[in-house]
Parts: sequence; structure tokens; C-alpha cells
Amino acid sequence: MALLSVEDLRVSFPSPQGRVNVVDGISFELGQERLGIVGESGSGKSMTGRALLRLIRPPGRVEGRMRFEGQDLAALSERHMRALRGARISMIMQDPRYSLNPVMTVGTQIAEALRVHEHLPRREVRARVRQMLDSVRITDPDRVAGLYAHELSGGMGQRVMIAMMLIPRPRLLIADEPTSALDVSVQADVLRLIDDLVRDRSTADGGMALILISHDLPLVARYCDRILVMNAGRIVESCAASDLHLASHPYTRGLLAAVPKMNETRAELPVMDRSAWAGT
Amino acid sequence: MQLQAWLLDDSPASRGQAAAGRAYRVSLDLMRNPLALVGMLIILLLILTAALAPWIAPETPVGQDLTRRLVPPSSEHWMGTDQLGRDIFSRVIYGARVTLLIVALVAVISAPLGLLIGAVSGYFGGWTDRILMGVTDVFLSMPKLVLALAFAAALGPGIENAIIAIAITTWPAYARIARAEALTIRNTEFVAATRLLGASHTRIITRQVLPLCTSSMIIRVTLDMAGIILTAAGLGFLGLGAQPPLPEWGAMISSGRSFIFDQWWVATMPGFAIIVVSLGFCFLGDGLRDVLDPKSEGK
Amino acid sequence: MTAISLGNVDIGYGGQRVVEAVTFDVARGESFALVGESGSGKSTVLKALVGLAPEWSGKMSVLGRSCVHRPDRDLARRCQMVFQDPYGSLHPRKTVDAVLSEPLTIHGIGGQDARVERALSDVGLDRRFRFRYPHQMSGGQRQRVAIARALMLEPEVMLLDEPTSALDVSVQAEILNLLKRLRAERGLTYLMVTHNLPVVSFLCDRMAVMNKGKIVEIAATKALHDGRFTDPYSKALYAASGGGGSTE
Repeated sequence: MALLSVEDLRVSFPSPQGRVNVVDGISFELGQERLGIVGESGSGKSMTGRALLRLIRPPGRVEGRMRFEGQDLAALSERHMRALRGARISMIMQDPRYSLNPVMTVGTQIAEALRVHEHLPRREVRARVRQMLDSVRITDPDRVAGLYAHELSGGMGQRVMIAMMLIPRPRLLIADEPTSALDVSVQADVLRLIDDLVRDRSTADGGMALILISHDLPLVARYCDRILVMNAGRIVESCAASDLHLASHPYTRGLLAAVPKMNETRAELPVMDRSAWAGT
Repeated sequence: MQLQAWLLDDSPASRGQAAAGRAYRVSLDLMRNPLALVGMLIILLLILTAALAPWIAPETPVGQDLTRRLVPPSSEHWMGTDQLGRDIFSRVIYGARVTLLIVALVAVISAPLGLLIGAVSGYFGGWTDRILMGVTDVFLSMPKLVLALAFAAALGPGIENAIIAIAITTWPAYARIARAEALTIRNTEFVAATRLLGASHTRIITRQVLPLCTSSMIIRVTLDMAGIILTAAGLGFLGLGAQPPLPEWGAMISSGRSFIFDQWWVATMPGFAIIVVSLGFCFLGDGLRDVLDPKSEGK
Repeated sequence: MTAISLGNVDIGYGGQRVVEAVTFDVARGESFALVGESGSGKSTVLKALVGLAPEWSGKMSVLGRSCVHRPDRDLARRCQMVFQDPYGSLHPRKTVDAVLSEPLTIHGIGGQDARVERALSDVGLDRRFRFRYPHQMSGGQRQRVAIARALMLEPEVMLLDEPTSALDVSVQAEILNLLKRLRAERGLTYLMVTHNLPVVSFLCDRMAVMNKGKIVEIAATKALHDGRFTDPYSKALYAASGGGGSTE
């Protein structure tokens, strides 16, 4: 059975023109793999991630079926959902400056993420925090545990975020633009870290799946096994990462062509004619 | 409706159409808030009452008739009569003029003054800021009533002096608000872009900074009006504001306080008027705050 | 005459030195990139050129005239800047028409109506955008307005501060094409700041790599085709950006 199964997911918000579907009936399955969801702003990719964690509040409305580990996510009570969030499904967001609590030390925040789901003696909590900071390759874990969010660099802040989200050992990690706010040189490190952590969690621990949400198609192709391309709330392409160059949908091809290359020789970048897939 | 379509057009064809469309959208948003709508109606009622007082009031506000002193509310005198036999309903209606005058003059004097001082102070920073804010702090520390007393002692009691006293103690708060806004605005990229175009500081302050401060200013002034009315009423109560026989609501409450238990209507009716009008301004101000929130701009 | 010339420029911010001993020249009609990560000081160099970062020392000149330490009216007609954030560089209460007319009013240039219309068509915006407010337009459209504003005074030199970083991939392509076309049509000189190497490859002739306030290497953008950089930081940046030959 698939770890996550999504069927006809719809997320709508009210607007002056009536209700608008920002996610317009998408369906996909996720096994023990790394799935990339790619799209531009307004494609609905972030909303999909939030819908899976039932983070969308009224006036937003979520419809459709989401089954995780056999459970229907939409039918769970809020209390059960809270037990799920963090413990079974975790989410890393874009900018650690905004997702870390500015008035708590790093160590306290990570410990809190653990304490919410497991009841452990204080010494063990501290040990687990240290171990987690170690596994995200922070060199001086004890010192960093005492720092505040604003004292961290972008890359370190994101690692702390990852530590916080992975310490309860979830089965599914949703990473929403985890490296967009980071410098180029740090991006590769953080992505490789996420990659290693996902792979290391082998079958012994139940394994961990990854949903990587991004606007960067080449990046997703490098770090994922499968790719879903979203546009205007719909999935327009679903393929294996290695088959990306065989993509057939005009939107995907347009996106691939529009990105400038390192060895660019074209006089003009091909511009997408959006009307080409308006009906899809 | 064709006019509505023209106003809500996504691609206006002229400056006028764009500005009108924007004003229309703001008022539509405002009217969606029921409390704000109530507030607007109350203020409208106040303005109409003041404008049409001679035609609405059944009697003159100053006509004394000692034969019918302290008559309770009846079909003949809707709010009763006061200790000099004057119809309270008529006095309350004419009192709307006084209230509106006070509120309008205070707003017209203090708001632009505070706005300008605050915007200049926040935009330039440095010594300009320190000096201007020092002056502002001096005025901010003056209590309204004590200052009014001082004015009355120096220049004699009267509604003009009351207005000046209130205006002088009200502008500092607006200066602080405008300064806070200007501090944020001066670091924005659109101000930087305009400086790069070669604009002078005057141009930037008048064309870029001030328009963005007006939202907060309008909201704050509207909310303050309730307080201004109450202060003016307080001054009138102390005998420092409007002088008899001017039907200022505060003065009317004051003159009725000696017989408030037996002839409650003399003090209470003008009191109701003050409450209703103050509430109206509060509701409207709250509604404006939701609608004119500067944070919703620039999205 | 070179378009832009910097000689041993130090720039400070709040007492700290953020740019050190920067020296480079940009020829007229050339498109030059300043590349680096956040904190490298690249944007600060642009700001200093136009007088928005007054704490600097050294020699700086644009089109032969020395730069001063504050925004200069004369410089405005020769050199303009496009900012990064399309959501912040337009005044929220001004229509596109007001934004584009303002530089003309400031410098007393007539024929505003015709010039505004022509500017809109030059940047590929339809006439129906003329009286819209910024919140009624998308990021790409706003950036076009920002570019049109910069071109109103017909400058020869354009400073571009990460002009497409905040835009979607498809919109970025359109704006990059626009910038390239405008440069070809008007013979503009570009000094562009970015962290995105492929954009440099598309739009620029030469590039300077900055690290922690210093220029570590100046190279032709052809170096991006084969990764032929000499400085270790440049090489690392190239590899991290997905340069050919790196293992990911």
C-alpha cells in the first residue's frame, strides 16, 4: 500500500469573483521515494503541502481524499491530526528567519518539538537534541543549542529547522522551498543533507519519504526520483526525474527551455505562450 | 449598472477614472462592515441635523418661558424643557452645530499640523527629528483641561479658546504617528528610486510620504473625535467652553446636574446625544482602520 | 571614455567596511555583471555609484564625471537603476501613469502624454495598464514599469540590482529578453548585480566575482561555458551553481 494517496484534492478560497480553486483536483500516490512538486507561483504547490498537513483554515476549504498510512487525513479529529503533525508528517518551510521562534534558544525549540510527541527525561531529551544537531552537520552542537534564531546564518538556521522537524522521526517530510532563501553555495549542502537523511532512514525505522516543493525544475530533477509539474492548480506532467528531458507537456517543455543555462548561447529565451494549455 | 462597471473597470482610461474607482472600492469595502455603516449613518445624521437645524427644531433654542419650566418629556416637548423653560430637543439639535464646529475646527487645525511636523521629522531624522520631537513632547505633556483653564484665565472663557486649547494638545499624537510612518517609508525602494530621479526632498515628502501617512491619520482623527467631543463637553461642563445661552451639550449637562434626580431629562438627553455621536465616530474609525490598513497596500 | 570606472573604492556602512579596494571599468555599451552571494557587497557598490551609500572613498566616475556622495540630478539623466523587488519599487498609491510622468515633471520635460505611451509600448505593456495601481498588476508587469521608469530620462547607463530574482521562471525569461532587446536598441551600458550565473551567461559580456567585499576575479562570461576560473572562490561558486563538470 502506498504511504500517501491523494485523490481529487481541491483547495478553494473565496474571492471577489466567487470561490477559486487554487488546487484543482489533483491525484497522486507516494511510496518510499522522493517526489518533487514543481510549479511557479500560483500553481498550488505550496497549498498542496499545507493541505496534506491540514493547515488550511477557513475561509479556505479542502475537499477530496488524502490517505496517509491507511488513515483518511480529512476525517481525523484535530487532536489526532496534531499527534500526526511533526511525529509522522513534518514540514520544512522556506525562510528559517520566519519559521524559528525568535525568543527561544535553538536547543529549547528542538527539545520542544521532541517533547510534544515523546515523554522523555530531561537528560535524554538533551542527548537527543545534541545527536540531532550532530546529524545535521552542525559542528559545535552544544554551543549552537544555546544560540537564538537571529544569531544563526541562513544555512545554519535551515539545518536547525531540519533538526527540529526530523527529531520525532516522521515517515514523511514535506520540504517547501527549503533552499530558496539560501545562498547558492549553501543550497547544495542543505539539499545533500536532506537527501542523506532521507536515505539513511532505511526500512529499519520505517523509512522516510520526501516531498520536495520548489519552483526550480533542474534542482528538483537532481534530488528527486519522480516529478510532478503543477500549473494553475492541476498536475500537467508526472514523470521520473531521469525522464525529464522526455517531458511531453508544453508547459514543462516551456519551463525547461525558459531557464537560462550556464553556457547560454541563445539570443533570446523562449517565452511561454500560456494559451497553449489553457484547456488542460 | 453601467456606472458601477465603469468604476470597477480593471483598466481605467484616465486618472480621474482610476481615482474614482479606487474611492469607490474603498467605500464598498467600508459598507460591508455593519458597524462602520452604523457609524457612517450616525455621522451623516449629525451633519444633516446641524445643517438643517432651523428647519428641524420645533422651537428656538434660546426662547425662555418660565411658565413651563422643567416639563418632563411629552408629545409636545419630546425631550422635556430645562430650568428656563427652553425646549431641550431644540437645544440638542442646535447643539449639534456647536459639536460639529468644535470637532471640525480641531481636526482641521491639529491634523495637518501634526502630519507635517511628524512627516518632516521622520523623513529627515537626525537633529531635525530631535528638535521637532522635543517640541512635540513638550506639547504632549500638557494636560488638556489644565491648559484650557490657563487659556480661560488669560483670555477669558469661550468656545474659540476651548477649541484652540484642545487643538494645541491634540496635534502631538498625530505628529508621532506621522513620524513612525515616515521612518518606514523613507527606507523603501520607491523613495530611493524617486531620489535617483533627481527629486528634491520637498517633492518626496509631499508626493510620496504624506499620501501614505494620510490613512493612519484619517483613522486616528476619526477615533479621536469621540475624545474631542468629550473634552469639549468637559470644558463646557466646567464653564470654560461654550458660554450660555449657547446650547453646547456639555454645558447643558452641567446646568442640569443640580436636579438630575428629579428632572433627569435635563442632563441626560444631551448626554445621550454625546454618547451616540461618540459611538458613531468610534465605529466609523474602526471600520476605516480595517479598510484603509496601509499593510494591505503594496501587495 | 569608459561608462563606469571604479578605482580602489572602499565603502562603509554604519562604520564597518563592507566593500574593500574595488577596481574595475565598464566600457560604453558593455554589459558587466557583479556576481556574489549575500553579504559580498555587490549591491552596495551599485548604491554607492548613485549616492545611496554615502560612506565611500576612492575614485568613482560615471561617463567621465566623478560621483558624489548623494543622489545627483545631473547623474539622473545619464544613469538610472532598476531595483530587485517589484513589490517595493513602485509607490502603492500611484498609477503607472503617475510613476512614469514623475521623472518628466521633475526635469521639466514636455510632451508627457506621448512619452508615457511610448515608454509603455517599449517595455511591452499594453495601454490598458496606464492607469492601474501596482496592486492590480503582477510582479512581471511591475518590473516592466520599473524598467520603463528608469528609461524615461533616457540614460545611457543602467544599473540593475537583481532585476529578476523575485520573478517566476517564465516571467524572468520575458524580462531578460526585454533587457537584452532594450540594450541592443538603445546602446545601453549595463552594470548588473546578481547571484544567478546562468542569467549572467545570457545577458552579460564580462563579470566580476565578489567575495566578502572584495573582487576576487574578473573574467569574460565565456568562462562560464567551460568553468575556466582561476580563483578558488569563483570555482566553488561556479560548481555550486551547477556548473558543468561538478558532481551532484
